[in-house]
Amino acid sequence: MITEKDVLDLYRKCATELSSDIKEGLKDAARTEESENARDVLESIIENIEIAKTESKPICQDTGIPVFYVKHDKTQSEEDIRKIIERATDTATKEIPLRPNAVDSVSGKVIGNKPVIHFEESAKFEMTLLMKGGGSENISKIYSLPDTMLGADRDIEGIKKCVFDAVFNAQGKGCPPYIIGIAIGGSIEEVAHLSKKQLLRDINDHNKDSELRKVESELLEGINKMEIGPSGIGGKTTALAIKLAKSHRHPASFFVGVSFGCWATRRASYGH
Amino acid sequence: MDIDFTKLKVGDKVVLNGTIFTARDRAHLFLLKNEFPQIQNSIIYHCGPIVKDDKIIAAGPTSSARMDAYTPKLIDKYNIKAIIGKGGMDDNVLKKLKGRAVYLSAIGGAALIYSKNMKIKNVYCKEFGMTEAIWEIEVENFPVIVTMDSNGNSLHSEVLEKSRNVFQKIVK
Repeated sequence: MITEKDVLDLYRKCATELSSDIKEGLKDAARTEESENARDVLESIIENIEIAKTESKPICQDTGIPVFYVKHDKTQSEEDIRKIIERATDTATKEIPLRPNAVDSVSGKVIGNKPVIHFEESAKFEMTLLMKGGGSENISKIYSLPDTMLGADRDIEGIKKCVFDAVFNAQGKGCPPYIIGIAIGGSIEEVAHLSKKQLLRDINDHNKDSELRKVESELLEGINKMEIGPSGIGGKTTALAIKLAKSHRHPASFFVGVSFGCWATRRASYGH
Repeated sequence: MDIDFTKLKVGDKVVLNGTIFTARDRAHLFLLKNEFPQIQNSIIYHCGPIVKDDKIIAAGPTSSARMDAYTPKLIDKYNIKAIIGKGGMDDNVLKKLKGRAVYLSAIGGAALIYSKNMKIKNVYCKEFGMTEAIWEIEVENFPVIVTMDSNGNSLHSEVLEKSRNVFQKIVK
C-alpha cells in the first residue's frame, strides 16, 4: 500500500536528484564540447546538480506540472491513490519546498500544485513521477501530416522534418540540452501522452524497433548539427537523446507529437 | 550597480553585485500600467523564485521571449540598464537596447548557482503569488554572459542564423 510519506519521498528524490543517465550524459557532453561557452554552461549545470543533491534543494525553481504514471493492481482504488498523491503534493510544496505552480486560468489565483495522474492496471504496483520546466512544455508541439509549409509528407522524412522544425523554432527557449520524446500516429491526445512518456526512457536505452532506432540516431545527429547548444548560446550539444514511439493512426490522420524535456527532466520511480 | 553596461560586448562574461528586481509577465503589465519608481535605472531579472521563510531557495531565469512585447516600453518608461533572462529576446528589444542597455543570459535550470548568493531586500505585488511577485534582491557574484549588447549585436541572432542554414539544408 502506497502512503503519503512514500509519495513525499518520491517528490523529494525527483526534485533534488537528477537521474544518473542524464547526469552522465551532461558530463560526457562537457568533456566533448569544443565551444568554451558551451563547456562553461555544462559545468555550471553539473555544479548545480551536485548542490541540489548535497543540500537537498530543488534542482530548478520550476516545479513544472508534476505528472504521475501509476501502475496498480486494484488493492488500492484510483480514488484513494489520487487523494494520497494530492495530499503529498501539498506537503511537498510546503516542505521541500516546491514553487506553487497551479494558476487558475480565469482568476489568475495560485492554488498550490496540481498533479496530472495517469492510471494503468498491472500485476505489480509502480509509480513514476515526472517534473520538467514550463519552458520545455511551451516549445512542445503536435504536427499534422502532410504539412505543406514544411513540405512534409506522411513518411519517415516527413516526420523528421517536423522534429527539425520544432527544434529550430525552440532554439534555447526550453533549456537545452534537450531530451526529445516523439510519438507518431494515433489520435491527438495519444501522441501528446505517448511522446511525453518517452521522456521516462533511460537516455541510453535501445529502441527495440530497429527502424525507429535508426530514425532516433539520424534525428540526434541532425539536431546537433544545428549548433544551438547548451542554454542556446552555441555548441554541439543541443539534444542528449531522441526517443521515438509509434501507435496506430486513423486513415485520415497522421500526427507527430514532439515533447521536449529540459536538461532538468526530473524523474523518479517507486516500486522498481 | 557599478558597471557601464553600454561598454559591454556580446560574449563578455560579467559578475553582478548589487540590486536586481524580478519581473515576469504579470509584473510587466503591472509596471506598464502603474508608476513604480523603485525600478528606475535598475536591472530586471526574468525569474520566478522559490522563497521560504524570507530566503531565496532557488532562482534560475525564465524564458525572456514571453516579455518581448512589453520590454521596449519598460526600457523607455524606467530607463532599465540591463535585463537578465534566458533564451534571448526579439529584434524590437535589440533595437531598443541600442546605446542604452544590454541583455544578459543566465543558465536556465541552474537555479541553485544563482540563489546561493542572494538576499531578499523587499517584495512587491505579493498578491500575484510567489512566482509573479516583484522580488527586490541583493546579489553577490551573479555570473552572466552578455548575449545582446547595446551596439545591436546578438548572439541569439547568430545562433539562429547558423541553425537556419543547417535546418534549410536538412529540410530542403
